[in-house]
Amino acid sequence: MAQSSFSGSAGQYSGIGDAGHRMSRRTLLRATALGTGAVALPALLTACGSGPGGDSVTLGSNASDPVPKKAFADAFDAYEKTSKKKVKVNTVDHNSFQQNINRYLKGSPDDVFMWFAGYRMQFFAKKGLLTDISDLWPEFQGFSKALKDQSTGEDGKQYFVPYYYYPWAVFYRKSVFQQHGYEVPKTFDQYTALARRMRKDGLVPIAFGDKDGWPAMGTFDYLDMRANGYEFHLSLMRGKESWTDPRVKRVFDLWRGILPYHQQGANGRTWQEAAQSLARKQAGMTVLGLPHPGQQFTAADRADLDFFPFPEIDSRYGQEAVEAPVDGFLLAKKAKNKKGAKDLLKYLATPDAEERYLKSDPNNVAVNDRASTASYNALQKKAADLVSGARQISQFMDRDTRPDFAQTVMIPSIQRFINDPDDIDGLLKSIESQKKTLFAAE
Amino acid sequence: MTAPALPPRPRVRPGRLGLHAFLLTVSLAFLAPLLLAVYASLRPYEETAEHGYFSLPRHLSLDYYRQAFSDSGMSRYFANSLLIAVPGVLITLFLASFAAFALSRLRLRGATALLIVFTAGNLLPQQVIVTPLYVLFNRVPLPYWMSDSLTMYDSYWAVIVVHIGFQLGFCVFVLANYMRTLPMEILEAAVVDGAGVWTQYWRVTLPLCRPALAALGTLQFTWMYNDFLWALVFISTGDKLPITSALNNLRGQFFTDYNLLAAGSVLVALPTILVFFLLQRHFIAGLTLGAGKG
Amino acid sequence: MPSAIPRRARRRGPRRFTRRDLLVTGVLLGLPILLDLAVIWGPTLASVGLSFTSWDGIGDIEWVGGRNYHDLFTDYPPFWPAARNNLLWLAFLGLIATPFGLLLAVLLDRGVRFSRFYQSTLYMPVVLSLAIVGFIAQLILSRDQGALNAVLARDNPVDWLGDPDLNIWMILLAAGWRHTGYVMILYLAGLKSVDPSLKEAAAIDGAGARQTFFRVVLPTLRPVNVIVGVITVIEALRAFDIVYAVNQGRNGLELLSVLVTDNIIGEAARIGFGSAIAVVLLVVSLGFIVAYLVQEMRQGKVPGGDRETRRGKVPGKAQEKGEEERR
Repeated sequence: MAQSSFSGSAGQYSGIGDAGHRMSRRTLLRATALGTGAVALPALLTACGSGPGGDSVTLGSNASDPVPKKAFADAFDAYEKTSKKKVKVNTVDHNSFQQNINRYLKGSPDDVFMWFAGYRMQFFAKKGLLTDISDLWPEFQGFSKALKDQSTGEDGKQYFVPYYYYPWAVFYRKSVFQQHGYEVPKTFDQYTALARRMRKDGLVPIAFGDKDGWPAMGTFDYLDMRANGYEFHLSLMRGKESWTDPRVKRVFDLWRGILPYHQQGANGRTWQEAAQSLARKQAGMTVLGLPHPGQQFTAADRADLDFFPFPEIDSRYGQEAVEAPVDGFLLAKKAKNKKGAKDLLKYLATPDAEERYLKSDPNNVAVNDRASTASYNALQKKAADLVSGARQISQFMDRDTRPDFAQTVMIPSIQRFINDPDDIDGLLKSIESQKKTLFAAE
Repeated sequence: MTAPALPPRPRVRPGRLGLHAFLLTVSLAFLAPLLLAVYASLRPYEETAEHGYFSLPRHLSLDYYRQAFSDSGMSRYFANSLLIAVPGVLITLFLASFAAFALSRLRLRGATALLIVFTAGNLLPQQVIVTPLYVLFNRVPLPYWMSDSLTMYDSYWAVIVVHIGFQLGFCVFVLANYMRTLPMEILEAAVVDGAGVWTQYWRVTLPLCRPALAALGTLQFTWMYNDFLWALVFISTGDKLPITSALNNLRGQFFTDYNLLAAGSVLVALPTILVFFLLQRHFIAGLTLGAGKG
Repeated sequence: MPSAIPRRARRRGPRRFTRRDLLVTGVLLGLPILLDLAVIWGPTLASVGLSFTSWDGIGDIEWVGGRNYHDLFTDYPPFWPAARNNLLWLAFLGLIATPFGLLLAVLLDRGVRFSRFYQSTLYMPVVLSLAIVGFIAQLILSRDQGALNAVLARDNPVDWLGDPDLNIWMILLAAGWRHTGYVMILYLAGLKSVDPSLKEAAAIDGAGARQTFFRVVLPTLRPVNVIVGVITVIEALRAFDIVYAVNQGRNGLELLSVLVTDNIIGEAARIGFGSAIAVVLLVVSLGFIVAYLVQEMRQGKVPGGDRETRRGKVPGKAQEKGEEERR
């Protein structure tokens, strides 16, 4: 017990225990030797491997979980085989990659790296951190105009190679709709009526979890785009509209109207738990992205999952805008092997590259019109139709606006709204004044 | 000190029983969350998602442990963590022990001020110094054999140096306090024998500090091993990240299988628990922070 | 005897060190000082400078004077809740978790059986990493799937983590869970070295257990008290990982360190603004610690007040030292 060690150390205190001294000195020496070895080790390890530069293209990946990691590896393998060139993938987990993006780009970025379309990409382009790839775009085939817009910087040049997307929609279980005889709502009034009916039938109408902060943004984006149109939404996201505008207030009023039909306690629930209650037929519907709810379903139930586009609020805008974040690739300004990188990007823009990826990760949809949809499941096919029929594509709030605004203003604000939906005026005033500070820097 | 340090083995009294009941309750309350986590890691996600975490098991298996180990590429990250933590701990202890020795034993002018500088340096929130250090490390060139990024940024050196600098304060604070409890007479005797500063430190003082060093070593190892912030900020190559990022690899961009994550966390925690058990005896003696030694 | 030492020390004065001694001391003391200045204090001062600027980490640094501080105090809703939570954290750790750790240490010090088991169990939470703490919170406190609701409130689930008036208390419990073991080990170590004859003497004088503890044991634990005090303040003001693991420190769980992280580390990159929050945190920490250390130093028993150090310079202190040694 502790007592024995105590008397041991007390013996040492007297400073006479010679043997004790020698012992501990030896231990220390050994520890030091070990330490010196350990200190030299990192140097030795980094010394292995090839010299700086080299022939291969380096690629920064944020896909660290097994499914997408393997899917990307398949695509890069195919490229390596046909081109006889090497792709060196540097994988960092998704969250760290995103948190680090500024430091990464200013530090020592890889030649090509994964990122998202839209405002953030344009921001990096404006700051001179990206290489313009307008010279490659004329050769690309199968990308719609909406996609080209999403790949274009404010200077009119292209910087981005889109790869796949995943639309947001209202998900439900077909069997639940059949059982109760529900019909897919076209308009917001029908949507509200359906929610009311579901509650009467003992269901939670809309499963809802916002503990992570981002899932509720999808609902806001759709409400705003349906009520005020895509142009206004985008301009609001770019900081060009006032948040105290009556149009924004209306969005929150609409939301407050259906909030009672949302699952209570959303701020303490992860989106996974929310989707789980859909899977367990406790909830009727939920607003999420294509890759989300499926993972909460057992394989057998997955065919029962379906979605409908977010309902129409204003007939002027109908359901023409679709929220479909696009993931793809960028070329860093600091890239060491630009020629090789461009060659790789050319391949990644082909239908073949996308098909290979989606074979292993069926949670997304290819951006290239020419990519084969033969291997798609029903949900993927429907998602592809939804996006190709869209007049406008939005990315997602945290991709369509400044990250500081999304992270430090909008997430807390939406959570505050969920806690206390009645103080909309106070909330919007607070958002507007913070927005002014943030966007003043531009 | 050879007298029994504890009161004689007590007779069984009702008070003792009450004491044990209390300690047992507290221990179980402390342990319960951990046991629940281990329990969850043995069950499939679908099951806990459907029935809640507090439910009877239908399937129990170690599959998640196997999966966590292979999916996260844990062995490589484990090696990275050791590459950072082992030199970090050793250098920190070496430098801190000498500084503590010099400041508490050598009667230097300004020792008090320096001790406050060290102690206060430990108080700063880590996040405060991130940006300037990032800029600094990006400007420190290193030869290729030391860092393949050719700068201190994105190399182990950056992380190790920051760990050392950041933990020095705490170690100097504790060790100086500890050394002050050692009888000065030993040192005086050594000085009379003509021992230089190095001998006084290395041969006379340090051996007496072994328990304190073991204790600090355990704490420091735990902290450096569990750290994620420095590595997150100063390393951009995924393959160089420490073990904490292996756990992040078990999270998807959206979906997280928490039970798998629990299994991974248990695996990751094993080395720190092992170190604790190995050093527990020294630990208890070692954090003898200088109360009246009798 | 002791009174001879300072005189000797003083007499030898500057010629105390040989050149080799000076070299060794210079290098080995210089290195940590240099490192501390280069890695900690230099960047800290740089951050203070940055707090008066606006910078996104990429473009140019723009001087904005005190604007960040103005915005912080008037136009940043999470700031005041964060400051309040940090103080709450300090109060909870200082008034509940730390004394509880001390209580456990005292109980374990009485030579109970299975002491090592209790020690290990109570210490276990200290070694856990961020990921598992977040998971455990989810495991127990989740409204839909957690164990607590399964036991207490099956039909009327309580939103332990989502209700902003409630979640901070749950998280404080978790923080206390980790802090108690840490404190217990520190005190246990201190108690082990309290001379048992002191306690016996007190017992013979007819002092009860409580009296013995407060009058005899606690005062001799003074150096441990200093360390535990400093650690408690550090832990409370630097608190970060638990809330970050639970919900990134939002919705009632704001903490200053999280706000710094959100603004500096994350994608947001409001480096000037984040630095301003950090400076506030720094000033508060330094205020607490310096006040604490100065007060302790007056008693002459902390590193700063180091009796050995003083002994060489201030002969008057020798008396006190002599007394302590007899004790």
